[in-house]
Amino acid sequence: MAAGGAKRSKSWFGHGLPYVPMGALPGHLIVIEGTDGVGRSTQIERLSPWLELEGWAVSNTGWTRSPLLSETINEAKAGHELTTTTMSLLYAADFADRMEHQIIPALKAGFIVIADRYMYTVFARNAVMGMDAAWTRQLFGMALVPDLVLYLEIDVERLIPRVLEGKGMDYWESGMHLALGDDIFDSFTRYQTQLIGEYNRLARQHRFVSVDARKSVDDIQGELRAHIASHLQRSREAAARGRSATDRVARARRG
Amino acid sequence: MRKLRGVLQRSHPYPGRLIAVEGIDGSGKSTQLLLLERWLIAQGYRVHFTEWNSSLLVRRSMKRGKKKDLLTPTTFSLLHAVDFADRLTYQIVPPLKAGMIVLADRYVYTAFARDVARGVHPEWVREVYGFAPRPDLTFYFRVPIEVSLQRLLTGRTKLKYHEAGMDVGLATDPVDSYRLFQSRVLDNYDKVTGEFGLRVIDATADIPTQQKTVRREVERMLQQYDGPRTEKQIDGRRRREAQ
Repeated sequence: MAAGGAKRSKSWFGHGLPYVPMGALPGHLIVIEGTDGVGRSTQIERLSPWLELEGWAVSNTGWTRSPLLSETINEAKAGHELTTTTMSLLYAADFADRMEHQIIPALKAGFIVIADRYMYTVFARNAVMGMDAAWTRQLFGMALVPDLVLYLEIDVERLIPRVLEGKGMDYWESGMHLALGDDIFDSFTRYQTQLIGEYNRLARQHRFVSVDARKSVDDIQGELRAHIASHLQRSREAAARGRSATDRVARARRG
Repeated sequence: MRKLRGVLQRSHPYPGRLIAVEGIDGSGKSTQLLLLERWLIAQGYRVHFTEWNSSLLVRRSMKRGKKKDLLTPTTFSLLHAVDFADRLTYQIVPPLKAGMIVLADRYVYTAFARDVARGVHPEWVREVYGFAPRPDLTFYFRVPIEVSLQRLLTGRTKLKYHEAGMDVGLATDPVDSYRLFQSRVLDNYDKVTGEFGLRVIDATADIPTQQKTVRREVERMLQQYDGPRTEKQIDGRRRREAQ
């Protein structure tokens, strides 16, 4: 289903969770994707207060933030000893924990859930690692398809100064585990080029809404808000159409 | 259920051999595996033992999740998959590559039986374990619920929370819950047995009788096996090859 289009009901990405009845999920699941250092968290920090002023309750969720697994994942990353398969399974466990304990309950209660990264992050990383793409997708078959995926798109040349001005190049985000070379700058450039390529491919496949992340923080925020507002508007209209159709049927029955 | 293409259908390419045992708690599978291990070692084989849910990697998350009842059927399943993937990397594949015999107390079939009984999608869990190599021989120790229950309750006074499937919420009494949950597990094991060709052992028979069958099957499977045995035999083979 188009991530950009208005949908009235949610769907599972694959087999779903057979023991969780989907029921009504009136909330909205909005995902912010993009490579590391592109400015996702800065943008997300400013989205919540805006949405709250607009009258929406907001729940934020982020990659590896589940109470069940965050410590295990941090330890595992510090140890540098896991294969891509094991790491993918850990990410999936963290993801499932947040889905079942946070995302689905919030959507049920009518919240807007803003997810900092989603399963697409694993899709992109695993593709660079040369993993079987079908397996990664099947693994996340228990995920809900988001209502809207906003993709912060950038090129590696403009990403580099941003990362260096921020927290610097770290081991994992530079793809040092790929052993592309001993120089962290060269490794970062090569790894991020491949990763961005995969993100762009996913953006087309899964109909992300791209936002040009080369712009200023304010401009990006403006665009993100415009996309979110128009998504919310479209689903309000769709819901109203649904209601009036139901009313017509009811009237016809009565008449 | 439709057969998933490729999942556990291909045999592994390594010179070693992989033997797994399956069955519900109290089926006696671990006892049988221990006796098999003793016998193989006495025959001069090089053996490596590995057990379900034993890696240090997920121990903390598993403990935390179980204690606070945070685990859902899906996270329960995925944590076991993390454990399995980690043991596959460090404990299963290297000995197989070295030509050793790996003995696995429970294998992915446990997930297919148990996690599905908890409610995950049967195809999903098979796909998740799509990276697992197929064992050369898997024994399924089939036992009726009441026999397993008796065996468990003579050893200790209480059933464990997850063993009894209390998290699934089928009954409030642990023994009732155990009966209901484990009979679902048994049903799933029966499906798995047909699907993957597990060798069924009647686990109500006495211990030596079962072990006799196990050793006969293992002996047959090892006919084509040419892995390392003792240091002495390896040296002997090297000398022969050098000549």
